[in-house]
Order: sequence, then structure tokens, then C-alpha cells
Amino acid sequence: MTGVLSFYRTSIGKKVVMAVTGLIGVGFVIGHMLGNLQIYLGAEALNKYAAFLKSTGELLVVVRVVLLTAVILHIIAAVQLTIENRKSRPQRYVKKQHVESTFASRTMRYGGIILLLFIVYHILHFTIGKAPGGPQPFDVHNVYNNVVYGFQNIWVSLFYIVAMLSLGLHMAHGVWSLFQTLGLNNRRFNRLLRNAALGIGTLLFLGNISIPIAVLVGFLKPI
Amino acid sequence: MKLKLHIWRQDNAKTAGKMVSYDANHVSPDMSFLEMLDVLNQELITKGEDPVAFDHDCREGICGACSMVINGIPHGPQRATTTCQLHMRSFKDGDEVYIEPWRAEPFPVIKDLAVDRAALDRIIAAGGFISVGTGSPPDGNAIPISKEISDLAMDAAACIGCGACVAACPNGSAMLFTAAKVSHLNLLPQGEPEKDQRVINMVAQMDAEGFGNCTNYAECQAACPKEISIQFIAKMNRDLIRAKLREGNNAGSGKTGGA
Repeated sequence: MTGVLSFYRTSIGKKVVMAVTGLIGVGFVIGHMLGNLQIYLGAEALNKYAAFLKSTGELLVVVRVVLLTAVILHIIAAVQLTIENRKSRPQRYVKKQHVESTFASRTMRYGGIILLLFIVYHILHFTIGKAPGGPQPFDVHNVYNNVVYGFQNIWVSLFYIVAMLSLGLHMAHGVWSLFQTLGLNNRRFNRLLRNAALGIGTLLFLGNISIPIAVLVGFLKPI
Repeated sequence: MKLKLHIWRQDNAKTAGKMVSYDANHVSPDMSFLEMLDVLNQELITKGEDPVAFDHDCREGICGACSMVINGIPHGPQRATTTCQLHMRSFKDGDEVYIEPWRAEPFPVIKDLAVDRAALDRIIAAGGFISVGTGSPPDGNAIPISKEISDLAMDAAACIGCGACVAACPNGSAMLFTAAKVSHLNLLPQGEPEKDQRVINMVAQMDAEGFGNCTNYAECQAACPKEISIQFIAKMNRDLIRAKLREGNNAGSGKTGGA
């Protein structure tokens, strides 16, 4: 245990925690989107999938605990690293230019905060059914209708779209960055990993926003 | 040509500094950036004012002394170039030029643009020794090293320790510097025996000096006058993770009753 703690105390140790918990997050959001996209197969398919997830019992609890732990560790490490980084540059430049850093890399902290707010709202919205502006009526067993009613509120849909833009940007940097941090990168893989990160970010953004847009334009209707 | 200079003036680490504007009216495009400052300083001295302090030594891009952030980029707008090798033809008549020191907590300002970079020396010192036999010189090619590895080690060893990576990093991180110094020995058989201890100690010293953390912006490799790649940072991370695992593995070795 002391070995783990002494590793965590190093700057790179905290970064490894960011990377590993980030990787868990990447796996989750990809799986979650693939699950969500079943809405296009019809209400029955989506509701059946939701019922299947609920039926996994203890496994669901384990997955939720792992995800929650990952999110908490990701946030704690991010806050600690950010505080250290601010301390390292007390006097800012009068004039500073960015040469090579991407927009996505410079907005990780802000995107992360938007995503945290989103996660809280999203759970209240579709898991618990008690979010302001949430679907009326909320029926735990009819996920399809919850989604359609939920996204008929344009403000909620806009918030989801902004959050998904943050998610896409977070992934566009994060997926590459986590491999770099874990040391699983070199000259040969760099281009591939950069492109994979951009691709995953773009697909997550487009795949997820397609659902509120499909509801708003009337392609998905309540049953 | 004529330039409007805005230069950071600060008496020492304890006093607050500020930007002061100067007119440089006799700038030749053939001058180096440092020569342009030399001319400015001559004018200041003639007027009885305090000249601008800045670090410089070889003026041929190999010592790493010249350290200034020019218009928001360490060593100025030209890639793979130190300030001393930057020429005024990179600017045009009437340009405003902002000149600031490297800014990082572990680099206290000595005066104006000169900062104390001893923190980088302490990181190197923390790396310790390599095991080589002293006495008569070894036979040439006695230790086989592949061309690829020797080239890669040489790429890392190209680091002149100027600190531009720290100055460019939005987090004030010294990861690229430390990664280059760790890698150029860790890649080679001569550095192999102390590989794990080297990376552990150098990262520990880097953290102790108060440098920031790497968030993989890659601003450092853009600013590096020797174009050292952030691939060395990935390598250092890899070396550190492996070293920490092996350190646990070896815990208790040499003692009786170890696991």
C-alpha cells in the first residue's frame, strides 16, 4: 500500500490515475452510446435492453460502484494536478501564444466541469426521474417514452447537445493523452492514436446528439 | 527598421516587475535578436539608464543560456531556433515585440530577463552516476548498440537544458527536459544498471522543485530549439511505471525474511 501511495504522490502517478480512470470512462461512454442507439430499433428493443440491464442485479451494482469510484478518483486527481499546475506559474505571461496544443487539450478542465454537471443532471433525468424539466410522466419501465418526452423539452435537449460537444472534445484529447501518459505511445503509434481519439470523440458527439435531434424534428415519437 | 519593444523589467526575485516600452530605431534585418538587444543596451547605457539584463553565452545555439519569451513563444517565432540564432528578418518594420523571462515558480527572476535555472541542474544531479570502468579507455564498439537506439539516444541528448519547454508549458512542467535527460542514458547499455533508480530519483526531484504536471499539450516540443519529441515523455512514463513495479518486487531484497 505504501508503494501505491508513494507512486500516487509523484506527478506521473496522479496522471496514471487520470489515465486509467479515463480509460474506464471511455469504455463506458462507448458502450452507453451503443446501448442508446438501440432507440432506432424501436421502443420494444430499447425497453427490453433496459430491462436486461436492470436484471443483472449484483453485476449492475458492481459496475455502478466501479464507475462512481473512477469518476471520483478522476476528479480528485484532476483537482490536485490543477492546483499544482497553477502554483508552478504564479506570474502569468503578458503575451502568450499557443503553437501546437489543440483546442480540445486546452479545454479539458472546463469540459470536465460541464460533464460533471451533466452526469448529475443525466442521472436525475433518466435514472431517477426527478430532474427539473424532466419527462412527464416518468415510467421506469418505459425508457423509450421517457427519452422522447425528456427531449421534447428544447432547453434540456440543448443542454445535452452542449454536454455532448464537451464529451467529444474531452475524448478527442483524452483518448490519445491517456495512452501517452501510460507510456503506451511512440513514433509509430502516435498518428494512429491521435486519429483514433479524434474519431472516437466525433462519433460519440454525433451518435449521442442524434437522439435529441431525432426527437425534436419528430422522427422519434412517443408510443 | 523600427520596432516597439515591451520588455519585462524586474530588479530581483523579491520585487515586482513590470513591462517597460522602448523604441528600437536602428534595427538591421541581419542582426540577431541578441545583437538588437545589445544595441538597445548601448543606448540605455549612453543615456545613463540601467541596461536590460539577459542570459547569453555561446551565441551559436548550443549552450542554452539565452532565455526569453518573444511575443508569447520561448526563443521567438522561428521553430528549432534559440534566441541567439533568431534574426531580425523574422520581424517587420513597425512590429511590437513583447519580451518576457521564462515564467515558472522554480525559475526565480535574477534580474529582468535572466532567471535562475539551477532547478534543472538539480534534476540532472538527482540522476546520479553511470557504471563505467575508469582507467584505460574501453575498446571501440566493445558494447554493441544498434543504429536506431544510438540515434534515438542522441536525439534525447540534444537537449541543451535551456528550459524553453518549461516556459512554453501552460502548467510550467519540466517533463520534456526530464524525459530527455532520463531517456538519453536509459536508452543505452551504459545507463542500464541504474535505469530504475535514475527515473525514480529524477522525477522525484522534478516534483520537489515545484514544476507543474504534464497534461500533454505538446507546447514544449513546439518550443524546443532542439525539436525533442514528447515521445520521450511517453518513454519516461513507461520507465517510471516499470521502475515502480520492480521497486516493489525488490522490496526486502538483501534482508532475511523478505517476501
